[in-house]
Amino acid sequence: MSLQIKNLVVYYQTLRGYVKALDDVTFSISDGEIMGLAGESGCGKTTLGNSLIRLEPPMKYIKGDVELDNEKLPVWNSSQMNAFRFKKISIIPQYAMNALNPTIKIGKMISELLSSRKFNYKKIKPELERRLDLVELTHDVLNMYPIELSGGMKQRMVLVLSTLLDPSLLIADEITSALDVSTQKAVAEMLVEFRNRKFVKSMIVITHDISILYQIADSILVMYAGKLAEKASTNVIVNTPRHPYTKLLISSLPKVGVRYTEKKLSGIPGNTPLLLDPPAGCRFRDRCPVAFDRCFEEPPFVEIEKDHYIACWKECTEND
Amino acid sequence: MIKLEKVSKTYRTGTFGGKLLPAVVDVSFDVRDGEVVSLIGESGSGKSTIGKMILRLITITSGRILFNDIDISTIKEGDLKNYYHDVQSVFQDPFSSYNPIFKADRIFSIIRQEFFPKVKDSQWNEKVDSSLKAVGLNPDQVLNKFPHQLSGGQLQRFLIARALLLDIKFLVADEIISMLDASTRVDVLNLLAELKSKGLSILFITHDLSLGYYISERAIILYRGCIVEMGDTKKIYFDPIHPYTKMLMASVPRLDKKWEKVEVELKAKQAEITEGCVYYERCKSPRRSTKCNLKRPDLVEVSPGHFASCFL
Repeated sequence: MSLQIKNLVVYYQTLRGYVKALDDVTFSISDGEIMGLAGESGCGKTTLGNSLIRLEPPMKYIKGDVELDNEKLPVWNSSQMNAFRFKKISIIPQYAMNALNPTIKIGKMISELLSSRKFNYKKIKPELERRLDLVELTHDVLNMYPIELSGGMKQRMVLVLSTLLDPSLLIADEITSALDVSTQKAVAEMLVEFRNRKFVKSMIVITHDISILYQIADSILVMYAGKLAEKASTNVIVNTPRHPYTKLLISSLPKVGVRYTEKKLSGIPGNTPLLLDPPAGCRFRDRCPVAFDRCFEEPPFVEIEKDHYIACWKECTEND
Repeated sequence: MIKLEKVSKTYRTGTFGGKLLPAVVDVSFDVRDGEVVSLIGESGSGKSTIGKMILRLITITSGRILFNDIDISTIKEGDLKNYYHDVQSVFQDPFSSYNPIFKADRIFSIIRQEFFPKVKDSQWNEKVDSSLKAVGLNPDQVLNKFPHQLSGGQLQRFLIARALLLDIKFLVADEIISMLDASTRVDVLNLLAELKSKGLSILFITHDLSLGYYISERAIILYRGCIVEMGDTKKIYFDPIHPYTKMLMASVPRLDKKWEKVEVELKAKQAEITEGCVYYERCKSPRRSTKCNLKRPDLVEVSPGHFASCFL
């Protein structure tokens, strides 16, 4: 098991109380697994990614354990986490490609970054150049300013940079969403390539685009309003999902070859609940077409088949 | 309805505007009454520029845009107002389309001031209510609220309702659903389909190919300001002719099929525009020849209603 998360609870501290952005999250990722994390905006997927590496105010750690390679991660202590960041666990945050320092050349930025972590740039440079070849970037980019690179080039540069020290876990937050379809495909395939070459042991790919995950991920975890809804292998989630939310989400996606005149798709009625004071029990209850009395209780996230976890009373009780 | 005749737009870039950047090159197409046409292309392909030229937000360098046989580049003041009575647009980011200090319904009162100063209060409120209902919103729930109190999907539908107040005939929808969540996306798309059935023509600008297929009868594929392929949506998607369209269709992430091994050429994307085919540098076709690099292929009709610009 590369990553194991148990009962992780992370809230946002606001003047009006806690926003329950991540509530009782338990799951694990095996070695070499690319796990996709999907859900609507505001469901807590970015919070989950960030809390594993940079849990800082207004985020507040409440409880829970995170283990990476059987080593406990001190996620609640930002300075102790420094020993793990970049080396063991690395993140490509949302809009990372716009976060490259515009005033210095990319090579200089990498060397400063490495020396801050007490690594020698000269020693690592041959490996860096080898990886630049792999993502089809010329070595000249090291002498360029970020403004000289296109979006896709910057995204590939960030990918190389964040995996340079071969971390065991890479969190990639919406790295393909701002790119064109053709570039998107190339970057997504590079993620898989990096895993295959063992630059990164396992990955969490956060995106709202399930069709991308279908192409590259081994398993998909669907979140809804700060809670886990369903986790299973990619094929199961896309073709035979069990959670009503996953079912509705998958069926609302327009596919090539589907036209409104032939098959009218429908969205999910209603809105996501406010997480400042979420309803007790299942948070999807109000929008769920199959909700019943039991849904006022909190559904547990249980394994109903091998590697298929789900938090829904309807599906659990039918199985009994 | 709307007809573009050899429309080009060249931007001036560089310190003193010394460099010329052709954004749209000799684009001709038309949108008929009650038709949805998708304009598909990557970033930088000029799709938004075309939308803005139709809306007269930027000037046309050469060519003509005709709206019901009237050249829109020459119309002035009063006529221009009439033009905006018929043609409106909705843009990508609903969150930045509003002024956060004012309530969201201010967009309606501005329309009233500009276009309907003589309409009575009760009549006006009725009109607002009916157009809000037409876009699937409950007026009691959404009126009198600030933009931050409404969701992205609601704000976007608000903007469509605003356009409907004017009894428009043509809507430029520039990436209107790319900022919305999957669960509300389809609702906005269905709304467009419904408006279309009532006779509205829509130019649907998008980079998401599956959305384009869902809603439109015809699709136009743009690459670096040129139309590379145009025709019936089904033909474009299932029987593409141009190598670029083929590559694009193979790169769309789909839920029913895994990606095939199609090489995506990344390096040559930034190449200079030459006299030849715009796609020459990235073209992977085995039949690519030097002819392609010397002369730009014309847009020819391959089969009825299906145009492509490729020598192969």
